[in-house]
Amino acid sequence: MRTNEYAPFLSKVLSVQKHTDIEYTFRMAYEGIVKPGQFFEVSIPKFGEAPISISGYGDGYVELTIRRVGKVTNEIFEYYEGDSLFIRGPYGNGFDLDDYRGKELVVVAGGTGLSPVRGVIDYFASNPEQVKSLKVIAGFKSPSDILFFEDIARWKKTSQVILTVDCGEADFECSIGFVTEHIPKLKFEDVSKAAAIVVGPPAMMHFSSLELMKIGFLEKNIWISQERKMCCGIGKCGHCKINDVYVCVDGPVFNYTKGKTLID
Amino acid sequence: MGYRLTKKGLNAALTDLSRQYKLYAPHRYVNQGEFSDTDSIRYGEIKTADDMELLEKSSHTFKEALIPISETFFFFTEDNIKESERIHTGAVIFLRSCDLHAVKRLDEIYLNNGAEDYYYKRLRDKVKFVLLGCVSSFENCFCVDMGTNISTEYDASLDVRDGQYYIDCKFSDWDSIFQNNAEEILDVVPSHVDQTTIQVSLPDTDTINTEKVIKNSMWDEYDTRCIACGRCNFSCPTCTCFTMQDIFYTDNGKAGERRRVWASCMVDKFTDVAGGGSYRNKHGARMRFKVLHKVVDYRQRFGYHMCVGCGRCDDVCPEYISFSHAVNKLSRVAKEG
Repeated sequence: MRTNEYAPFLSKVLSVQKHTDIEYTFRMAYEGIVKPGQFFEVSIPKFGEAPISISGYGDGYVELTIRRVGKVTNEIFEYYEGDSLFIRGPYGNGFDLDDYRGKELVVVAGGTGLSPVRGVIDYFASNPEQVKSLKVIAGFKSPSDILFFEDIARWKKTSQVILTVDCGEADFECSIGFVTEHIPKLKFEDVSKAAAIVVGPPAMMHFSSLELMKIGFLEKNIWISQERKMCCGIGKCGHCKINDVYVCVDGPVFNYTKGKTLID
Repeated sequence: MGYRLTKKGLNAALTDLSRQYKLYAPHRYVNQGEFSDTDSIRYGEIKTADDMELLEKSSHTFKEALIPISETFFFFTEDNIKESERIHTGAVIFLRSCDLHAVKRLDEIYLNNGAEDYYYKRLRDKVKFVLLGCVSSFENCFCVDMGTNISTEYDASLDVRDGQYYIDCKFSDWDSIFQNNAEEILDVVPSHVDQTTIQVSLPDTDTINTEKVIKNSMWDEYDTRCIACGRCNFSCPTCTCFTMQDIFYTDNGKAGERRRVWASCMVDKFTDVAGGGSYRNKHGARMRFKVLHKVVDYRQRFGYHMCVGCGRCDDVCPEYISFSHAVNKLSRVAKEG
């Protein structure tokens, strides 16, 4: 029997965590192996499908952080605990934790870019002995846009976390400025062996990677994750193609040596 | 085995074939061209030799028989999802050498790049191909330079000379059909062209500096010339992109379907991501993306060029943009380094 990759299956909403008015994390029932940075196609029949990256995972579930910005995601926000959504996946390569084990690791995330790397940060923040050190720079537009506030507080116990906003007054500890402004302040034992993950809008990834290299990071030790329109998730629909690469099957995670060559 | 048939014999053979297959071939739609008093030649279901337009190039390709313009995947009712029915009859597609080479490109994407496409596969398994010989090249063709002017992997070939039809049959199940209706059994080699008026020089994909080529100003002219209508993509036998669409039926909002529809990298919204991001907003950037895909990066990924040189993109462009001209310019720019 040939498998139909386009056939979605029902997955129960186990819980919903609200971060902001337009960003919720849906914990969905899922049995199977996933990697942070991979994605699912989430759908509601008659409304459509949307690619959503895995923001967390555990025994019997995956977490999908969804921003309410379109036809499908608007409708998803009408679904709550006990309801079911259709999903198919996981797709894409995801982050390989072995690339970061035993290293000084810094994760630079902008906005919802924190979602695909949350699984990586969570893993190493809970298993701090598996990395030399863990640093996180998480940037948001304003205090009201901050995601995973409780996670950030938890990560602080085992890692250095710089939470920064582009502008605005906050009633909690938080820096002001773009993520790039905080990169030069980072201290490493041997920056030439340190690893970095940079995820966010294209310009933010570009300039953050340049800043990291300015302080001594090697290109090959930087990883980025690309966001593109992915209709099929299996290398067919063409929307996510850049140069000779299909982001959905070859990515979305790329080592910077490859990632820097991808020009839209 | 080769055969010579009269028109009557060919019609009898086509009738035999149509018991098992739907027959798709270029057909002349009189007065349906884009200008008044012009005809449109595109693929349609045929029954007889006269239904086939064998002397001119079709402006649109066979590909809609393999990847329908709109293809339903699932039907939705209140609580159920039902897969669309598979088609039980086979199909025979009559096509020229360039187009038969294009089938290999469709297969590459739908069967080999990532997971196998279930819907493509179930149609593809039922399709047979009849090669239409080319005696001379048509306007805008450059198959010879693309290496697609000769095809050998056909189920049968068809050539017409002096009112007689010559067939080379490679699919043994069909031999009896042609033999029963043949005037003569003889060796038949399908005709092919050895030269075309339009010629292209291809860039060296091993040494090309893609970043430099992308930044070259050669693409700027297309910012204004190209109107992003996507006709080049829709007439291209090798373009495979699509968009997934869910709809609900307007008279019963509880029922609907999920389908895929053809998409074009030249048309607005192709790259839109949720939240307002988009890429390649300038039409020149889209032209560059398309040209590099056809003659540079597809080859870097799969080892052979995507473009088959059928020239249809040039035939149909309402702005008279020439793809082959762009390829030649690209090669010059690439050589300059």
